[in-house]
Amino acid sequence: MSLITPDAGLLFWMVVIFALLLLILTKWGFPIITSSIEKRSNRIAESLHKADEIDLRFAGATAEHNRIIADAKREQAKIMEEALASREQILKQAKKDAAEQTAQMLEKARIQIEADTKSALADMRRQVAMLSVDIAEKIIRSKLSTTEEQKLLIDKMVSEASRTTDKTS
Amino acid sequence: MKRFLGILLLLLPLSLGAKDFDVSEVVFGHIGDAYEWHVAKIGQKDIVIWLPVIVRTHDGQWHAFSSKNISEENSEYKGLRIAAKGQAHEGKIVEADGSRPVMDISITKNVLSLLISSLLLAILVLLTARWYKKHDAGKVAPKGLAALMEPLILMIHDMARKNIGEESYRRYSPFLLTAFLFILLNNFMGIIPFFPGGANLTGNIACTLALALFTFFTVNLTGTKHYYKDIFNPSVPWFLKPIMVPVEFFSALVKPLSLTIRLFANMLAGHIQILCMVSIIFIMAKYGGVLLGGMSFISVVFGLFLDCLEILISFIQAYIFTMLSSIYIGLARAKE
Repeated sequence: MSLITPDAGLLFWMVVIFALLLLILTKWGFPIITSSIEKRSNRIAESLHKADEIDLRFAGATAEHNRIIADAKREQAKIMEEALASREQILKQAKKDAAEQTAQMLEKARIQIEADTKSALADMRRQVAMLSVDIAEKIIRSKLSTTEEQKLLIDKMVSEASRTTDKTS
Repeated sequence: MKRFLGILLLLLPLSLGAKDFDVSEVVFGHIGDAYEWHVAKIGQKDIVIWLPVIVRTHDGQWHAFSSKNISEENSEYKGLRIAAKGQAHEGKIVEADGSRPVMDISITKNVLSLLISSLLLAILVLLTARWYKKHDAGKVAPKGLAALMEPLILMIHDMARKNIGEESYRRYSPFLLTAFLFILLNNFMGIIPFFPGGANLTGNIACTLALALFTFFTVNLTGTKHYYKDIFNPSVPWFLKPIMVPVEFFSALVKPLSLTIRLFANMLAGHIQILCMVSIIFIMAKYGGVLLGGMSFISVVFGLFLDCLEILISFIQAYIFTMLSSIYIGLARAKE
């Protein structure tokens, strides 16, 4: 049956034409295409590798960046803290100074008052003494008839004098 | 009553007295080779491409003439004729005494189809190569034809790399690529039912045998020392050698044979299936409208299904042929 017996003529042409086709495509066809494709796949692989590297480097840069920011923040916090501390100290100092000054002023005032009081007392004593002398003078100078009258006068004068001392003190 | 008559009418044979439809003649006519290419029949007029007959007869003479000269039944030209049905070498050119000429390298239907598809393949691949020459493939994505061809080429190129090995696959990949695209293109051309398709080239055993011979010689002419040692002096105990050597030798010879038969039988069977499906319509013409309509519908559905299957098989068979070839080449590149 001719279906399964290879025909010599067709076999001949098949070998000739396929060999020619193979020759042509091997010379001008496939190597150009496959080398291009291989070049591209190499390029893609390279690019991926590079991208990975850049990614890695970028990640490093980001870390560095973050580190700098963190440093700056820490520095800022430190400065703030110092500023706060110094403010506190200044306030404390100011308060202390004020208190000291107040105390000093109070002390001065007290001393002044004390001195004033002393001098006033001394003044009063002197006046009382003078009054007593005056009274005595008056008593002596007046012509006293009776002892009764004398006594009355003395009492009156003494009470008057005491009222004035009360008023002055 | 009217309806009943209508049904009866539908059951009446359509072409009473017409000559019987000969399925085997139609099927074998389509899958076989011929000295002319019958393109179509429009009305009563046949459109035929007459092909050159090139033969060398027993008297040492070369003859070349158009096959139109011997197209009529039993018409002789220069003592040559096409053997009639029932005679020896049926359908082939024979000499006056009924024997085959010494050489018959006529451009038959299959040879013309082979020429056309080879030219087409060469143009396709060279145009693709031109695209890659003009563009930097590293920067521009392939477009048009290159985008169509690249996945196929890349697939076979990668297969070659995997099966043959990194250091020598570049030597073999052009052969594998040519074989793959050649088989694929011819399989597809075989499915197309009109000129320039429709020839049954990859379903012809001479074609697949030639392809398998290319694989056979590629494998066996470039094999390594170890490959031949495995055939003629395999590493088995001495008493197994008388068995193993013939087995190995035989297997080397059977490999191309299996490639031949696999591709041939698959493509032939596919064509016969589709032709039979189409023939059903013509056979049923005798049995009246209802049967004809019903069976036509069924045969169109099945025919469509078989055509889709055939497209799948076209690809699978081309792939299998190439893959097995690459594996055989890879085995012959064995290092130890």
